[in-house]
Amino acid sequence: MKDLIIPDLTDRDFGTPASRSKKMVTLSVDGFEVTVPEGTSVMRAAAEAGIAVPKLCATDNLESFGSCRLCLVEIEGRAGTPASCTTPVTPGMKVHTQTERVKQLRKGVMELYISDHPLDCLTCSANGDCELQDMAGAVGLREVRYEAEETHFRARANGGEANPLFLPKDESNPYFTYDPSKCIVCSRCVRACEEVQGTFALTIAGRGFDSRVSAGAVFDDFLSSACVSCGACVQACPTATLQEKSVIEIGTPDPDRSLITTCAYCGVGCSFKAEMRGDELVRMVPWKHGKANRGHSCVKGRFAYGYASHKDRILNPMIRETIDEPWREVSWEEALSFAANRLRGLQETYGRQSIGVITSSRCTNEETYLVQKLTRAVFRNNNTDTCARVCHSPTGYGLGQTYGTSAGTQDFDSVEQSDVILVIGANPTDAHPVFGSRMKKRLRQGAQLIVVDPRRTDLVKSPHIKAAHHLPLRPGTNVAVVTALAHVIVTEGLFDEAFIRERCEWDEFQDYVEFVAEPRHSPEATQMLTGVPAEELRKAARLYATGGNAAIYYGLGVTEHSQGSTTVIGIANLAMLTGNIGRPGVGVNPLRGQNNVQGSCDMGSFPHELPGYRHVKGEAARSVYEALWGVTLDPEPGLRIPNMLDAAVEGAFKGLYCQGEDILQSDPDTKHVSAGLAAMECVIVHDLFLNETANYAHVFLPGSSFLEKDGTFTNAERRINRVRKVMSPRNGYADWEITQMLANAMGAGWSYQHPSEIMEEIAVTTPSFAGVSYEKIDALGSVQWPCNEAAPEGTPLMHVEGFVRGRGKFIRTEYIPTDEKTGPRYPLLLTTGRILSQYNVGAQTRRTENVMWHDQDLLEIHPHDAELRGIREGDWVRLASRAGETSLRAKITDRVSPGVVYTTFHHPDTQANVVTTDFSDWATNCPEYKVTAVQITPSNGPSEWQKEYNLQAEAARRILPAAE
Amino acid sequence: MTLTSSPAQVSAVGARIAEIVAANAGREGPLLPILHEIQHEFGHVPEDAVQVIADGLNLGRAEVHGVISFYHDFRKAPAGRHVLKICRAEACQSMGSEALGARAREKLGLDWGETSADGRVTLEAIFCLGLCACAPAAMLDGELRARLDEAALDALLQEARA
Repeated sequence: MKDLIIPDLTDRDFGTPASRSKKMVTLSVDGFEVTVPEGTSVMRAAAEAGIAVPKLCATDNLESFGSCRLCLVEIEGRAGTPASCTTPVTPGMKVHTQTERVKQLRKGVMELYISDHPLDCLTCSANGDCELQDMAGAVGLREVRYEAEETHFRARANGGEANPLFLPKDESNPYFTYDPSKCIVCSRCVRACEEVQGTFALTIAGRGFDSRVSAGAVFDDFLSSACVSCGACVQACPTATLQEKSVIEIGTPDPDRSLITTCAYCGVGCSFKAEMRGDELVRMVPWKHGKANRGHSCVKGRFAYGYASHKDRILNPMIRETIDEPWREVSWEEALSFAANRLRGLQETYGRQSIGVITSSRCTNEETYLVQKLTRAVFRNNNTDTCARVCHSPTGYGLGQTYGTSAGTQDFDSVEQSDVILVIGANPTDAHPVFGSRMKKRLRQGAQLIVVDPRRTDLVKSPHIKAAHHLPLRPGTNVAVVTALAHVIVTEGLFDEAFIRERCEWDEFQDYVEFVAEPRHSPEATQMLTGVPAEELRKAARLYATGGNAAIYYGLGVTEHSQGSTTVIGIANLAMLTGNIGRPGVGVNPLRGQNNVQGSCDMGSFPHELPGYRHVKGEAARSVYEALWGVTLDPEPGLRIPNMLDAAVEGAFKGLYCQGEDILQSDPDTKHVSAGLAAMECVIVHDLFLNETANYAHVFLPGSSFLEKDGTFTNAERRINRVRKVMSPRNGYADWEITQMLANAMGAGWSYQHPSEIMEEIAVTTPSFAGVSYEKIDALGSVQWPCNEAAPEGTPLMHVEGFVRGRGKFIRTEYIPTDEKTGPRYPLLLTTGRILSQYNVGAQTRRTENVMWHDQDLLEIHPHDAELRGIREGDWVRLASRAGETSLRAKITDRVSPGVVYTTFHHPDTQANVVTTDFSDWATNCPEYKVTAVQITPSNGPSEWQKEYNLQAEAARRILPAAE
Repeated sequence: MTLTSSPAQVSAVGARIAEIVAANAGREGPLLPILHEIQHEFGHVPEDAVQVIADGLNLGRAEVHGVISFYHDFRKAPAGRHVLKICRAEACQSMGSEALGARAREKLGLDWGETSADGRVTLEAIFCLGLCACAPAAMLDGELRARLDEAALDALLQEARA
């Protein structure tokens, strides 16, 4: 292995952000020479030399501000005592950080701060973790000469009457408190909210001595303000003013008991420091060296981890003969042998193909690898599928066909160099919040934005963000819009011929041009169909093609359609047409839904692909595993999830091991899923909770949370991040151990001692992972695949020299309308999505305080459509499609266009997927969640189906008291 | 996490404020002119204005609140018919303005910043009217008064209560 450059991964705060300049400047600080990039502050240069200048308002993830006046220094040849945070370095500068003069000034400044600050350090929640305390120590403050007459911190004035300057604690946010009495008005929180998160929820109200931090306007508290509870302000606060409630309750974390791990929510894959006291998690703090999040977080990763200790969590294995019986708690041995015997029995009776597995995008790479290995090596078939089937399988197919790899082309840092950002069918500020913030930061710097979405998402317009073009298309017409964009680029001659000639297949380009230039693809011709004004679409196409570095980010609004794969291909075509591939700032970037969708796809979860996207028909790939595992592999692709369910209804598919996925709630057409599950004879659910699927299960294996195991997750930028065990599994075993025990109960004879051994096996057998090891990830922080001999430190950008498949391939994108059509009975189109505070089926977030923001799914409907139907805000409405119906409350908003309604799918008592249909992508069977023809009518409450469902669920969740 | 006001909820005041915002939105630094115009028209900056301005200028409502609260002259509620401002800056203090201020407060039965129940007069402190040479000074409805003594103040109060 080549020598690796080991980065500095300490938590040291350099005070101001790093300069990107290539030009270096040498200066001296307290006699030490230091060389730093031009544009660096004196404070940061001093920190580089190992000298910490006292500071309060400065921190290195915020631009310098110069308000606290504590970081004063003297510079030879300059008058006065400049603030080191706002003074840039110059060549030959001689800085003195500790002269008599600045020492006196600092003491004086500190004395003033302390004169209006309570001296209750011993009982303060930030005791030991307070920069004000540290700085009082650092400047040697020994006395405060000022009498505290008018203060902000005494509830009662010295005379006993109420102090009008005192503001009580704001405890409205469930996760942190705002205690104005401890505030030193350094503005770090306000700046963090603006610069890092980009929400602009905080301000300094008033002025002078009356200056106070204020969330929202005068009538707001933190909860009612625009605050999204990302935690950036809490992290920035140097005192106990903004403090995690968990720290207030438990105490400060043990500095020696913290580990860097990876968030288990969305595909951004943020790195966090899990700060512990004993085996109790005190708080999750975003890690500044995490390359996906760069020290930022969202409400889910930062705060919503309480589900791991929720009372609903099941900690003992359970079995039952039939699903109408109550559950019986048993030992691990009994549960595993029950499961193993049933599965073997089913294979004996119904054949080798009668059982299968579903791997989870929520579990680690190592666990996923083992589950697919279970099916291929122990069940001896290829019946493995994963929840990526229902989200990003078209991405894998589309990008694989056009570019040669089933993954996004960039790293997240790339967005910092984009000039035009085209967002299609994605809502990053809700679903990928940390990346959304990074994107918004770039937009505030001047990048232009085009949003293609039926709904007016926050990106279209929110404080300091405004899309140059919003194309509010009718759900289901993605292909027509993307092809029309290409039509404009081709017919107006805006394509990059040099790039295409050099990098792509010229003949196929000619064929594509011939297709796309046809007048029927023009925006004018498709306007009636898509609902997008032609002129706006033309302007958007011109901006994308000519605005500089242009990047495409897309989400499930692209993939979850009957033509999902076609749209992905169309997007890939757009980037090739304009030469926006293979350098920073450009590219095609799928925003992955779940923490390890990328990884679960990489690990061979699909029925037709071995790890590393090698087809099971391929002799060469199969032989690698056959040699290592000592078995013969089935060369025929196995069943996809929908096929498994169809086969189950027909009676051919009988047993399923489902790890960490709730297919009943998350897969479309709930009634069909439940019929399939009910027809099986052995359903094994391996999960934290008795989820909806478990209502139809015979074996329940309690799972472990991401805090309780070692492993790796691979995020949307192909980055392999470590998941580290911070506490022992409450259920007794990590998930990889449980899969191994099940395999061994079926006679597999596996003997992995640690997930690192599984990763070694993955590296040995998978070319794109050849160079991956736990040692390397530990040393570098993370690695982006491909990581092998050619790229020992991984690959941040793909297709730099040329496309992975050789030459980029243009493919025609014919628009074929979905079979799901509106008509007199179902005149509206339903589309679905996520909200910031909740995550997918909500199994985790519903079991946290996040329900304060979103306690039920709501149906968004345009005022015009609502009025036609006599629906008012908050009314119960019946949402019916050809597949089924449910009831929920209405929210009247012009975020959706007339004719379109929208809801989230976080709550099982709504079950939006009762309504969605089983239409799916032509290439990959990814379900068409995003388009369902529906009718909305006023209703009195939950539907009959919802009531029946709840009764069934309640009965299915009964657990017998443990035998004495 | 975000309050979104539906169009139906926007009041008549809100509609007028939205007009003011729209008319000024194209200017450089539009927020202060908008606030002045609103205060001119309504006598104060109503709370409802905050969200309307924020939407119109694509700002956070916290930011708008930060600016409004920074300037003491943007009122939260309409002032009385007459506004009496008494200077409390250093030069006037040295010429006895604190005693005059106390007298005014007592006679009007108002503290600094308060408006009489009948809506006739608002009493406010001001810090320097630029009349230090003629201290103590005051301002009634924008008109400067200087070299005040008790009698002159009483006359002024009489005028203000009219």
